[in-house]
Amino acid sequence: MHLISAENLTVRHGGVAVLADVDFAIRRGEIVTVVGPNGSGKSTLIRALIGLERSATGQVTRLPGLSIGYVPQKLHIDATLPMTVRRFLSLPRRVTDAAAAAALSRTGVAGLETRQMARLSGGQFQRVLLARALLARPDILILDEPTQGLDQPGIAAFYRLLEEVRRETGAAVLLVSHDLHVVMSASDRVICLNGHVCCQGTPRVVSAAPEYRALFGLGTGGALALYQHVHDHDHDQDEGHGHDHAHPHAAHPHRHDHSHDHSQSKAADHV
Amino acid sequence: MFDDFLVRAGLAGVGLTLATGPLGSFVVWRRMAYFGDATAHAAILGVALSFAFGLSVYVGTVAVALGMAVTVATLAGRGHAMDTMLGVLAHSALAFGLVAVSFLTEVRVDLSAWLFGDILAVSRTDLAVVWGGSAVVLALLIWRWQALLTSTVNEELAQAAGLDPRRERLVLTIALALVVAVAIKIVGALLIAALLIIPAATARQFARTPETMAVGASLAGVGAVVLGLYASLRVDTPAGPSIVTAAACLFAASLPFAGRRA
Repeated sequence: MHLISAENLTVRHGGVAVLADVDFAIRRGEIVTVVGPNGSGKSTLIRALIGLERSATGQVTRLPGLSIGYVPQKLHIDATLPMTVRRFLSLPRRVTDAAAAAALSRTGVAGLETRQMARLSGGQFQRVLLARALLARPDILILDEPTQGLDQPGIAAFYRLLEEVRRETGAAVLLVSHDLHVVMSASDRVICLNGHVCCQGTPRVVSAAPEYRALFGLGTGGALALYQHVHDHDHDQDEGHGHDHAHPHAAHPHRHDHSHDHSQSKAADHV
Repeated sequence: MFDDFLVRAGLAGVGLTLATGPLGSFVVWRRMAYFGDATAHAAILGVALSFAFGLSVYVGTVAVALGMAVTVATLAGRGHAMDTMLGVLAHSALAFGLVAVSFLTEVRVDLSAWLFGDILAVSRTDLAVVWGGSAVVLALLIWRWQALLTSTVNEELAQAAGLDPRRERLVLTIALALVVAVAIKIVGALLIAALLIIPAATARQFARTPETMAVGASLAGVGAVVLGLYASLRVDTPAGPSIVTAAACLFAASLPFAGRRA
């Protein structure tokens, strides 16, 4: 049973197709990571899945009564709005002190109740957002670039936390990341988006490889993994994504039909 | 005791602050100050139309203020340059109102009473309207409080939780039009926005939650009404502007506490 699915989803912004013919589905308990360069329509996709974005064609189906725990990409709390962490957790539905404390403790930020939201660090803020999302007992957690502004150990810790939450609550996790190559190792599927679905696959967990150690160090506890892009189609309209130009990494040890010129391309290409 | 004009004035002011505290807090949080101005200034046009068609001033001002608020809210949704658009609407509404009033030759309209308020001339009926209007606004805000607050924090968050931010915006728009209509007699069209914003800004210095800020804004408003009326009585200054002056003094006095909020 799919929690949310999209069929032939096309979303236009002022006549320009941001997403074209996207098929997507996520099942209960599944962890799906959506990666793609900036402007590839990742945020648009999850906004459309939540119902914040109207589709030009195609259809989005959500399970009736589906509870979504949403962690938006940017949440700016205006300086004029006084807001303690405790008060924030009671939006939009009021929760008991015990439930609030438990959620904060679950996300590793116990005891922050009386702090002002505006005074939290980036990592604390993300964990409070996650705590709030968990209080809705979500069937699915949807997080839009939740690790922005976190350092690598911070990212790894956040991914481990999501994995634990999935294990404990059975909630599906839909995660968006602009990091094309380093993904959450617990992802059941990785979807590479660039206006359309470029490729899908599973992350490559190679934590034993010395190259991996060199890349991530030992502090990430296996929460990070590499994703290898294997495209099986032509991009006839994609300027700047030429797939038939001379491959700069001819000596790749792995299957890699062609190279992206994604600006964020990381050393991961060489593993 | 309602026979004393000063008591009536004080009660009218206090009644108004019940609504302006929480509503003003939302105006501050959502950066709607100019929006409030546009709505309030449009009320002068409402006054002129009320006299022209022999309607109750309250009905005319609510209708025109609501029309202006809905117009602005609609334009905002279409992505116009809001700052400019509000500047155009706020001042042209006022100018159209003033011009419209000048056409009223049969009835003499004391314009300054509508621009700056005439709280000392508040009748028992006015008092009932002020308290009734404020109570309605307060009830509306309390009823929608959680949804309003969630939409104010983040509209996407609200939408993902199944709320409709557009509906919450409409609630605030209606509340604003009602407050403008009941406040115009007390502080006048030019200073209504001041009564919304200044007490809320004062309360911000001390508040740790949205609720304490809303209540604090009402208390600061009561303080401004009492101090303003007192000053008006002692040094014979116009009551409406005196109330706003008192509010501004309270705000200035609150500034040293700004750094203390943790």
